[in-house]
Amino acid sequence: MKRVGIPHGLFYYYYYPLWKTFFNSLGAEVVTSPATNRLIVDAGIQKAVDETCLPIKVYFGHVFQLCQQNLDYIFIPRLVSIEAKSYICPKFMGVPDMIKATIPGLPPVIDIVIDLSKTDKLLKKDIFQLGRLFTRDNKAIRNAYKKGLQEYYFCRALAGQGYTMSEAIQVWEGTSQDITGEYDLNLGLLGHGYSLYDENISMNIVNKVRAMGCRVHLPETCDRKSIEAEAATIPKRVFWTLGRKMVGSALHMDKRKDIDGMIYVACFGCGPDSLIGEIIERKIKNKPFMLITIDEHTGEGGLVTRLEAFCDMLRRRRASSENNISSHG
Amino acid sequence: MKITFPRMGNTHIPIKALLQGLKLEVIPPLPISKKTMELGVKYSPEYACLPLKINMGNFIETLDQGADTILMAGGWGPCRFGYYAQVERDILKDLGYQFDIVILEAPDSRLSELFKQIKKLGKNVSLFEVCKAIKFAWYKLNTVEQLEKKLEYILARVADKNAAEKVYNNGLDAIDKAGCYEEVAFALRSTLNKMEKLPHHNRILLKIGLVGEIYTILEPAANYNIVNYLGRLDGEVIRSIYTTDWINDHLLGGKIKKSNHQHIINCAKPYLNYWVGGHGQESVGSTVDFAQRNYHGVIQIGPMTCMPEIVAQSVLGKVSDEYGIPCMTMYFDEHAGTGGIYTRLEAFMDMLQRRVMEHNKHKFDLVAGRN
Ligand code: SF4
Ligand code: SF4
Repeated sequence: MKRVGIPHGLFYYYYYPLWKTFFNSLGAEVVTSPATNRLIVDAGIQKAVDETCLPIKVYFGHVFQLCQQNLDYIFIPRLVSIEAKSYICPKFMGVPDMIKATIPGLPPVIDIVIDLSKTDKLLKKDIFQLGRLFTRDNKAIRNAYKKGLQEYYFCRALAGQGYTMSEAIQVWEGTSQDITGEYDLNLGLLGHGYSLYDENISMNIVNKVRAMGCRVHLPETCDRKSIEAEAATIPKRVFWTLGRKMVGSALHMDKRKDIDGMIYVACFGCGPDSLIGEIIERKIKNKPFMLITIDEHTGEGGLVTRLEAFCDMLRRRRASSENNISSHG
Repeated sequence: MKITFPRMGNTHIPIKALLQGLKLEVIPPLPISKKTMELGVKYSPEYACLPLKINMGNFIETLDQGADTILMAGGWGPCRFGYYAQVERDILKDLGYQFDIVILEAPDSRLSELFKQIKKLGKNVSLFEVCKAIKFAWYKLNTVEQLEKKLEYILARVADKNAAEKVYNNGLDAIDKAGCYEEVAFALRSTLNKMEKLPHHNRILLKIGLVGEIYTILEPAANYNIVNYLGRLDGEVIRSIYTTDWINDHLLGGKIKKSNHQHIINCAKPYLNYWVGGHGQESVGSTVDFAQRNYHGVIQIGPMTCMPEIVAQSVLGKVSDEYGIPCMTMYFDEHAGTGGIYTRLEAFMDMLQRRVMEHNKHKFDLVAGRN
C-alpha cells in the first residue's frame, strides 16, 4: 500500500477530510504529522527564512517531521485559488518551491496546482492526474473525489455547530470533543483557520476564552450567504479568500444582537492580515473589537491578561446597557 | 481640480508631464523626507508594507498643499498592492480630508482600458492631445532612465562620487523642467557629456545585480539609497527592474521594445515554478540571469514582510549554492537604521572584493606557471 503524507498545517484545517478520503478511497494509506508541538515549531523556525509568518514556519516543521516517516509521497499542493477571482496568499503559491529548496531528503512531492480563479476545468484534469498515481480507473478517481467532498461537507456541517475545524476533524476521525460549558458571553473569534485552530500557534485561544465563559462564534458557524452578502457591501471586492470571509463575518457579527464582542487573531508578518485587520477595525460600528497579533514570541501571560480584560469589559458593558433599559422601562 | 499622485523613484517626472499634457493642475508629490515618513507611519496600519506608509505620507503632504484629487493604481491581487488605494482612501477620509480618488485598475495587458481611463482624466482634451501627452511622458521617462543607467555605470568608476551625483541631480532637474522635446534632449545630452568627462579611478570594479520588489528598487527613500551607496563602494549596479521594461512587459504586452521577461521567467523555473505576485519570480529569474552573466554578487531588497520576496528569498539560497554566486537579502522598514544597513553592505562588498582578488591571484599564478 502506498503511503501519502499530509502535513498537519495550513489548509489541513479546511481540507484534510477531503484529501484523506480521496487518498484512502484509492487504496493509499494517509500519514499525518501530530498536532503542532514545540519540536515541530522549532524545526520550522530553523528551516524557514526568518521573515516569513509563523503558519508557514510551522508548516515547514510538519513537512520536516513527516520526512522522517517512510513515505511514498508527500502532499504539498500549490493552492493558488479555491474560488473565482480570489487568491489565498502569495506564499501559498510558492510553498512547494520554498519547501523543495530548503528541506533536503523529501519523498516525491505531489505538488498539484489548485487554481480555480478562472475555471474549475484545470482542477478536474489535475484530480485525474493525481488519482493516476494510484489507479488507472477513472471512475474510481471520480468516486473517490465525490466521497471526499461528502466528507468535507460533513465536517463543515460539524463546524457549523460550534466546533473549531480542528475539533470537527477530530470528531470526524472518531474522537469525541466536549464543547459544552457555562457560557455567559457570546464572542466572535476571527482568524485564519490554520492559526486560530492550531492550538499551539494561537496558544489555545479558543479554549482559553471558553474557560472564561465565552461561547465562541467562528466564521464557520455563521451563515455563509450572510457572510458573502456583508462582504459584498464594501467598495472593492477583497481578493483574498480568507480575508473576504473575515471581513464578511465581522460585518455580519457586528449586526447580530446576540454577539457581545469580537476578537481578530492576526499573525505577525501576515500580509493580508495587516490590511484586513485595519479594514475590519474601521468598519465595525456596534461592537467592541480587539485585534491580537501573535507570533512565536508572544507570551502566554500577556495574552491571558488581555483576554480577561476584554471579557470583563464586555460584561460591564452589558450590565450597564441592561441597567439603562430597566431604568428607562 | 488639483491632482496628485504617489512618488516612486523618478517616475514623478514623466507622470507630471503626462498630467500637465492632459491640461490638469498638478501638485506633484514632495521628495520623501523624514517628515513624509513620519506622517505615513503615524497614520498607516502598523504592519502594512512600507510603500503603503510612504504613499500615505505623500498624500497627506500634498492634500495639505491643496490637492483635491488623488491618482493611484489598483490591481486584483494576490498581493497587498491591489488593496492599497482602498485602505489609503478610508484612512484619509477618516482623517477628515475631502478629495476624490481615481484608481487605475489596469488589467494586465489591456492597454485600451488604460488609455480610456487616462483620457477620461483629462479636462476637455482631444484624442490628439492625449496621444501627444502620453508620447511626451514616455519620452521623458526614457531619458530619465538613461540618466539613471548612466549614473549606475559611472558612479562605480569615477574618482569623485559627489561630482557624479551632482551632475546627475542637476540633469534630472533640467529634464523635469523641460517643456519640449528639444529641451529634454539637450538636458540629456549635456548631462551625459558631463558625466563622461569625469575622471576614473583604477580600483577593482564589482558588478552587482539588484533584484527585488519594484517600489523598493525604484525609490531611494525606501532602500536607503542603496544604488548610490553601492556606487560609492565601486559597485556597478544593474537592476532587475527598469520602469520602461515594466511598462513594456506589463501594460504593453511587450510590443514596443524587445523584452527579456520570458527569459527571466524561464530562468526562475527550476527554482520557483509559479507566479507568486509582485516580483517574486522575477527576483529569482534575474538572480539566475545575473549569475549566468558572471556578476560578482546579487542583493535582494524589499519591504519587511513583503510576501513575494519572502517566497523568492526562500529559494535564493539554493540558486546561490548551485551557481556559486553570493546573494544577500535586505528588508527595509521605518525602524531600520542606516548604520546597520551600511555596515552589512560594506561587509558584503569586502567579501566580494576578496573573492575577486583570490580569483585573480589564481589566474596570475597560472600565467606565471606557479602553483
Ligand atoms: S495569509 Fe498570512 S498567515 Fe497565511 S500564509 Fe499568507 S502571510 Fe502567512
Ligand atoms: S509586493 Fe511586497 S511591498 Fe508590494 S504589496 Fe506585496 S507585500 Fe507589499
